[in-house]
Amino acid sequence: MPLLFAQGLRKSFGETRAVDGVDFFVESEELVSLVGSNGAGKTTLVNLLSGLLVPDAGSIAFQDTDITAVPVRDRIRAGIARSFQLVNLFDQLSALDNVRLAIFSRDGTTRQVLRLAERNRPAREEALEVLRDFGLEDKWDTPAAGLAQGERKLLDVALAYALRPKLILLDEPTSGVGTREKGTIMDAVAQLVRERFLAAVIVEHDMDVVFAYSHRIVMMHQGKVLAEGTPEQIRADERVAAALLGKA
Amino acid sequence: MSGVQHSPDAAMPLDTARGAHGVQPALWYTAALALLALLLPFLEGVPVIGWLASPFQRIQLTYGLVFSIAALAFNLLLGYTGLLSFGHAAFFGGAAYAAGLLVKYLHVYSMEGFLLAGLTSATVLAAVFGSVCVRYTRIFFSILTLALSQVLWALALKFFWITNGTDGLSIPTPILLGGLVGTAGDKVRFLSFTYYYYVLFIFFICVAVMGVIAASPFGKALQAIRDNEVRAQFVGIGVRRYRWYAFVISGAFTGVAGALFAPLNGLTTPDILHWTFSGKIVFMTVLGGFKSFIGPILGGVAYNYLETYVIKTTEYWQMLLGIILVALVLVMPQGIVGVFAWGSRRERRNR
Repeated sequence: MPLLFAQGLRKSFGETRAVDGVDFFVESEELVSLVGSNGAGKTTLVNLLSGLLVPDAGSIAFQDTDITAVPVRDRIRAGIARSFQLVNLFDQLSALDNVRLAIFSRDGTTRQVLRLAERNRPAREEALEVLRDFGLEDKWDTPAAGLAQGERKLLDVALAYALRPKLILLDEPTSGVGTREKGTIMDAVAQLVRERFLAAVIVEHDMDVVFAYSHRIVMMHQGKVLAEGTPEQIRADERVAAALLGKA
Repeated sequence: MSGVQHSPDAAMPLDTARGAHGVQPALWYTAALALLALLLPFLEGVPVIGWLASPFQRIQLTYGLVFSIAALAFNLLLGYTGLLSFGHAAFFGGAAYAAGLLVKYLHVYSMEGFLLAGLTSATVLAAVFGSVCVRYTRIFFSILTLALSQVLWALALKFFWITNGTDGLSIPTPILLGGLVGTAGDKVRFLSFTYYYYVLFIFFICVAVMGVIAASPFGKALQAIRDNEVRAQFVGIGVRRYRWYAFVISGAFTGVAGALFAPLNGLTTPDILHWTFSGKIVFMTVLGGFKSFIGPILGGVAYNYLETYVIKTTEYWQMLLGIILVALVLVMPQGIVGVFAWGSRRERRNR
């Protein structure tokens, strides 16, 4: 069995079938890209997998355990973390505290009421190391709201990463940032997948980025999976080209 | 749904341990103020500050310190968790009434008994109220806290054979530390000296404990919930449960303040259960500055002076307080602390 295995997922919003019978899987240590035009259902699929939404039909299994109706917190505990397309950070907290919070939560130490957060040296060291991995170590003391857009995107991913997941779901980690920062973000992610043995699902619009970093590409269109394969296969697929140009 | 939105560039760091420049002077000021408070009863007749040391002024300060504890506790919810409660009178008044009922029915005069009863009743009340209120946020949360506290006020008013209705319950001079410190002599001497120190000591403990809570991993989790509820959920924090914890802790410390208030005032009347008293706690906190830890302390003390002297000057004192509140929100949303911070930033820039 793959790490994550979803079958027959459906989710409608009123008349719109955002996700319409999708089968989807992720192997361990695999970097899968989800591509498709706006409204193809990519974000909805990620929301279903991460637990933000509950599917109307279908099932999701993670490490051979059914998690279809499992709440967010338990999915995180099981090892599924996500980042957000629209950056979701703790804006008044410093970059360090943002990451540290993920670490505290992961370790169950947010229950500590009468101990200074600062006294937890290992958590501090680890948080600084995560910031270093994402090139944010100089900004450790800056409130999240004071970071540049690219840095905020990185911090958003760093928060998910600090939970030490087995599977990380990244919803457009490079949208709204400059070309050079895109490389920084994707290099960081690809390196983590390689070195820390985690699996990643990345929603991405930039096909250059997708072809350069993915092991496998899943192309969605109008709520359905249109094509699936290695970057070479997808590059050769005429339907993909047509859909990307909006003709399908 | 990110709750209260603050403008971050203007915000003082809630975390007092942060910012290498800000810490040292702040620590010195705090130490100096603490020392002044400790020595105050012996400074009568000293030039410049002697007037502050008169028994009347010391009793005023005692009131201020009691309010400060309540405002600090309240701010664990407002400033740290992003929840505006309009029902904290229930915990303050509930604790004071617990002390009153202890006297009336069990003839207990021990201050520690009052504190225990106050703390327990406020904690239980907060646990019950909280379990209902934390299901909601923003205005719905505020309205619910207000409504529930009004129920308690109505009970205190209507069950007059228990609570003496509007006459209230009288609280005699309590026995401190099981009679270890003398309580004999006149009431003014007791309140302005013995009880002043008693309250000051508990005030220090409360500030220290709440300070640690605010800077603990738990406190950080509350701030995370305040900043971004969805993301807090997605780093694995049980948002509703943590809101409830915050509510209970906040209520418990407010109860400590209420228990200390009872003998100081000598009487518990339903008005400290009324929602307008909750409003006063909100006022104190905003006055001092809810975006910093120490703001509510200054706010509690300042509010008490404000009320005392404004009442003396005009019978329209409530209107005057209202005008001050409006001006505060418009001109100095960071409160008294914000003015100090602004001053020290200017000073540093000019250097």
